[in-house]
Amino acid sequence: MIALEAKDLKVGYGKADVLDGVNVKVDEGAIVSLVGPNGAGKTTLLLALTGLLPARGTVSYFGEPMANVSVEDRVARGLCLVPERRELFGDLSVSDNLELGGFSRWMRGERQLRESLEEVFERFPRLRERQDKDASTLSGGERQMLALGRALMAAPRLLLLDEPSLGLAPLIVREIFHIISRLRDNGVSLLVVEQNARAALEVSDYAYVLENGRVSMEGAASDLIDNPRVIDTYLGRRQAY
Amino acid sequence: MDFQIFFFLLEDGIANGAIYALLAVTMVLVFTTTRILFVAQGEFVTFSALTFASLQIGLVPQIIWLLGLLAVIAAAIEIYRAVSDKDFKSIPGTVGLYLVAPFAVIALTIWIAPLGAPMLVQAAVSVAIVTLLGPLVYRIAFQPVSSGSVRLLFVIAIALHFVFQGFGLLFFGAEGFRVDPMIDASFEVGSLIIKAQAILIVGTLALFTALLYVFFGYTIPGKALRATAVNRVGARIVGIKPDLAGKLAFLLTAFIGGVSGVLIVSSTTIYYDSGLLIGLKSVLGAISGGMVSYPAAIIGSIGVGILEGFGAFWASAFTEAIVFSAFIPVLLWLSLRSTPNEEGHEL
Repeated sequence: MIALEAKDLKVGYGKADVLDGVNVKVDEGAIVSLVGPNGAGKTTLLLALTGLLPARGTVSYFGEPMANVSVEDRVARGLCLVPERRELFGDLSVSDNLELGGFSRWMRGERQLRESLEEVFERFPRLRERQDKDASTLSGGERQMLALGRALMAAPRLLLLDEPSLGLAPLIVREIFHIISRLRDNGVSLLVVEQNARAALEVSDYAYVLENGRVSMEGAASDLIDNPRVIDTYLGRRQAY
Repeated sequence: MDFQIFFFLLEDGIANGAIYALLAVTMVLVFTTTRILFVAQGEFVTFSALTFASLQIGLVPQIIWLLGLLAVIAAAIEIYRAVSDKDFKSIPGTVGLYLVAPFAVIALTIWIAPLGAPMLVQAAVSVAIVTLLGPLVYRIAFQPVSSGSVRLLFVIAIALHFVFQGFGLLFFGAEGFRVDPMIDASFEVGSLIIKAQAILIVGTLALFTALLYVFFGYTIPGKALRATAVNRVGARIVGIKPDLAGKLAFLLTAFIGGVSGVLIVSSTTIYYDSGLLIGLKSVLGAISGGMVSYPAAIIGSIGVGILEGFGAFWASAFTEAIVFSAFIPVLLWLSLRSTPNEEGHEL
């Protein structure tokens, strides 16, 4: 089944189109990565898919058109975003942030958030240690873990991750991508925007290269990682991440 | 001034300050969650006070028709939206939410008005009418422009103040109202006399402060409101609808405004236009905490009440001038130590 499909997606700020007819597809249970230079429109694409930015074209999520579905209702259906800026609630504690991640489930009458909270703490033991601290006091890696954990509290079916490795130490980047792989194994579909193209392609099933608001290349991640143009432009010499 | 007069003024000032503090807390709540500096909050107080006074003399308060009108408009907007979005499933819920509760309260009011119901029932009905106005006002006046600039939202709040004041004159007339204290008793402590009504008002502030502390600190809706105040985008991506947070904030603010109204009308004569000064004095309290801090807003508001009490004693003609002038240095100090932020740039 197709988890997410966007057809001919166009987003314009003023006269210029930042996205100019983008088509992307995420199969259920797959990791799809989106690589490309700064300003290619990767973040804009994720914001349009979540409904935070108005877009022309069509977006369907597990076969359902999303045209009249608000950001919040998409979250309630399990379409969740972990944005580049993390957008945490700085003045609230780590556990409050996580609890609010399950807000849409709470609104539906689910009251078993404690179990989900335990699962997140098992996945990110560091967050358990810091659970009473304000989110604003966390380090970069901890903030990313909290942003991911908060999204997991919503019981997502499709996670959109924007630059999950940005500004993190190599060891933490490795851990984050390990967690991303495990999420797929648990049945979550993922669309990952990532500057660290090699790290993204190594865990992905499929990938798109976005340049100047258009998809310039796409294919199985294992093919793209060996594509000379991708190597020259985005991968360079092999290096550890 | 002897000690007895000093204490009397202090007691009066603290009681008035407690009312301003209740309102200031809701001003901060509304501002942080919706970015609206809701100066029309004072009108919720006068509406509640005058509704309570009308019920006491056996009259049906005409404000129920405003409640009915706003309920019908809000329901019509919601049904139109549901039909345009082909979201037919939400229509029964909308009708229940926007029409059933307001019209039930309207029917109850018409029924109890001539009966001379107990004072507490009349107070509860007055508070209920005003409480329901809150989310309706948000739905009609603010939700369509909720992502607009702070300036736009402020202008709408000012416009609402004038509209409400006009309705106040229409419904309650130009005469002022004052009712008997809910508890007409006083206690003597040595040579000092403490009025039970003052204890009731300060006790209400303490109770609401405690309830709000629990609500914001330990409940999911309370945390969701705080989250919306801290980070609106963050709130949206966890599924908290800003408009739901706005309606909840307005429900709380109208409820507290309503409670303040039934408390204040037994210690001060309230006119249809008393809301502006009450609202502005609450704004003074709220800005003492930079529009973000609840404890500072409470302390600042008590300060406003005390200053008002002593100002009225020394130079009654200049009471308001004294109160508002005293806050100029506070504003200067706050503006000098504040750092520009995104919202500030927008202003």
